[in-house]
Amino acid sequence: MHEMSLAESALQIIDDAARAQGFKRVKKVWLEIGQLSCVEKQAMRFCFDTVVKDSIADGAQLEIIETAGQGRCNTCGHETQIATLYEACPQCGSYGMQVIAGDAMRVKELEVE
Amino acid sequence: MCTTCGCGSNEVFIRGKRRAGNADAPVRFRPHAAEAGVKDGEATRIIKLEQDILARNNSVADQNRQLFSVHGVLALNLVSSPGSGKTTLLVRTLEALKGKFPLAVIEGDQQTDNDAERIRTTGVDAIQINTGKGCHLDAQMIERCLRQMSLPQRGMLFIENVGNLVCPATFDLGEAAKVVVLSVTEGEDKPLKYPDMFRAARLMLMNKCDLLPYLAFDVARAEEYARRVNPAIRIIRISATSGEGMAEWLAWLAAEQQACA
Repeated sequence: MHEMSLAESALQIIDDAARAQGFKRVKKVWLEIGQLSCVEKQAMRFCFDTVVKDSIADGAQLEIIETAGQGRCNTCGHETQIATLYEACPQCGSYGMQVIAGDAMRVKELEVE
Repeated sequence: MCTTCGCGSNEVFIRGKRRAGNADAPVRFRPHAAEAGVKDGEATRIIKLEQDILARNNSVADQNRQLFSVHGVLALNLVSSPGSGKTTLLVRTLEALKGKFPLAVIEGDQQTDNDAERIRTTGVDAIQINTGKGCHLDAQMIERCLRQMSLPQRGMLFIENVGNLVCPATFDLGEAAKVVVLSVTEGEDKPLKYPDMFRAARLMLMNKCDLLPYLAFDVARAEEYARRVNPAIRIIRISATSGEGMAEWLAWLAAEQQACA
């Protein structure tokens, strides 16, 4: 379960921002997690709550914004929503849709004081 | 520390850099630093960050990749489930390549340096990373290893990742390619069950092919599933035991190395 490492990386981004922007406490964190991003939401919540203990974000509320997967067919160029990496193009039936959205993992915003 | 699977970065060790009998003291990774000094009662504000969670890993991976490029090193990230025969295949590969290319190995496992010891019996330098409870290697672990080893100039560095078809898919180490090993004693639908890994890999080695006469494994179906996830994936049927497919694999390695040199 790599969500622990990812949660630690998210905390590092928050710590860096705290140093750069001089805030002392984080009340809320918005994470953007794409549906195709290999992150399990529940696991991320659990790991986040664990890694922020005794940090600047201890007790912060976590909001996960899920973004839908979007693919473009390499054969016919058709763009469509996809939920998995092995879906066939609904237009021409080819496999191997190129992922054009929904694979991001981002720290979007913080509410701080 | 995660109580679901025990993941965490505070128990990572790197052991040994040379051949058998000359292991260095383990290096311990520092645990995540705790922050202090929280004050109440200040006005709240919203800060926009829009920062990729993997940015730090990816930037260290890029540094690793640049280092490999400067020294003409082909670095490969070998990934698979536990028990796919990666280490045996790697030992055979090293035996075949010894004397033709400078070689080095980084072994990743949760515990023990058994695999590095197996590699060192071939005479090739091997560093063992023990990830503790961690389920994958990341770019910083590799960067730490690179600082304490001599790079195989114009040769090959094999990074054998922790046996796990899930987590290592996410973490770029700076490799030229991920090579996924799927053995025929596993299910042929693994590419669909673990699509991220098969999507991320450039080459799939279908290992233990000598056992096919005794199994119901459908090779064509496994290949079709892998290509559904990744139409561009190259597939080599191979057996570390019988030697089938070894020539094709070695030729692929030599061509990839030439592209790096």
